Amino acid sequence: MAGALLEVEGLRAAYGPSQVLHGIDFAVEEGGITALLGANGAGKTTTLRAVCGMVDRSGSIRFGGQPIEKDSTESIVGLGVAHVPEGRGTFVKLSVEENLRIGAYGRRARDGVAADMERMYQHFPKLAERRTQQAGTLSGGEQQMLAIARALMLRPRLLVLDEPSFGLGPLIVASIFEIMGAVRRDDRVSILLVEQNAALALELADRAYLIETGRVVMSGSAKDFRDNEQVRRSYLGY
Amino acid sequence: MTQLTQQILSGVATGAIYASLALALVMIHQATESVNFAQGEMAMFSTYIAWSLVQVGTPFWIAFVLTVVISFIGGVLIERIIVRPVENAPVLSHVIVFIGLLVIFSAVAGWIFTYTVKQFPSPFPTKPLLGGAVTGHDLGVIGVTFVMLILLFLFFRFTPLGLAMRAAAQNPESARLVGIRVGWMLAIGWGLAAAVGAVAGIMVAPILFLDPHMMSGVLLYAFAAALLGGISSPGGAVLGGLIVGVLENLVGTYLIASELKLTMALALIIIVLVVKPSGLFGAHAVKRV
Repeated sequence: MAGALLEVEGLRAAYGPSQVLHGIDFAVEEGGITALLGANGAGKTTTLRAVCGMVDRSGSIRFGGQPIEKDSTESIVGLGVAHVPEGRGTFVKLSVEENLRIGAYGRRARDGVAADMERMYQHFPKLAERRTQQAGTLSGGEQQMLAIARALMLRPRLLVLDEPSFGLGPLIVASIFEIMGAVRRDDRVSILLVEQNAALALELADRAYLIETGRVVMSGSAKDFRDNEQVRRSYLGY
Repeated sequence: MTQLTQQILSGVATGAIYASLALALVMIHQATESVNFAQGEMAMFSTYIAWSLVQVGTPFWIAFVLTVVISFIGGVLIERIIVRPVENAPVLSHVIVFIGLLVIFSAVAGWIFTYTVKQFPSPFPTKPLLGGAVTGHDLGVIGVTFVMLILLFLFFRFTPLGLAMRAAAQNPESARLVGIRVGWMLAIGWGLAAAVGAVAGIMVAPILFLDPHMMSGVLLYAFAAALLGGISSPGGAVLGGLIVGVLENLVGTYLIASELKLTMALALIIIVLVVKPSGLFGAHAVKRV
């Protein structure tokens, strides 16, 4: 698997005594978008948290060829992994502008922060209108945009997104997915995506993995998934 | 009239001290969700360090700066060594640890420095100013505390480290995901709180005189101040401190015997908790379940 930015093999994780992941293998290609699909409680979020060192994990995780399975979250962020957690992780009492500035905290190149901020405001004009407002006063869709913009302020190599469509109306979801496509094109950022809305995720992604009770039960290109009768019936609903 | 202005100005001076200690309480509370009962005794111990430095001939302001620095380091160490292990423990464990710290500091101070009350020098002229309305010490206290509060405000508002500390206190998990070392932010918060407490202790010692119990009353006023302003609001804590300071003097002079002043602080705590638990400027604590 040459050229993979993120390679995960035999990933196991547990919350206390309960084992949640039982050896998961997947990869994100350089510049690619990988989607993790599966029902509620399958272990998708835990997989993302395990990659970023937010739960006890074992197995092999390589980022840009370098093993990171023993690294702390903060060090992994420093390597260029920006994780938008479940619930968006907004700093609700900070202003929109401060949320963006804090997004650049972990990056190595300190220059160009102001320019990047302006670029984010161009990507997301709504945020520019609200730049001095407390982030907690933003709507759900605006907070999701802010979360993605905050993550991009890191100038990440890998963007990790946990349910970006959660709780949002279809129009806003469509525009957020459009932006993610643009981000991949313009910023050459690879994306690891967990999404309930499998149809949407498969439109954007080029690889997908289906997770059931902590195991990968199917993997392939997004097209393979769309063409698979059973996946279509169980997860795509047509 | 002179008596009134005099009482108000000296109230502002003691209020500034309560404000500082209240701010230290709020800083710890924002990060740990519990109140550091040992904040006053930590400040008392810092004041003894300053006193010792002055005793061996260190000029006052050098002793002041050294004490603030030592207290900062001490605060960081306390967080790293004593508070960190109970980080994820229930809130009652924090309370016990903080009370333990209080007892330890009080006892160690008594052991090293004895319980004899000591005079503490004021760096400011003691002669009355403005036609007797205010003493030089009061004015000096007001000046020093306000400079410190403004510096703290600028630090938290405009520096990357200050921003990171606010982010870490608000949403630790998300802060880690932008690369902030949350543990260190907490430790620095403890250091800053200890340093602020040291300034409060040094400023109040010339008035109260130095003994191991010096800060217990002050801490009570600071509690009242923090609660009045809202335990979640740094600005509110400062304003609460000033209000409590002035109120204490006016009530003590005109309404009740000054021996009952401390009772007023307790009454204020109860009134705030009953009538408006979130204080004047605090946010309502909403717990999602």
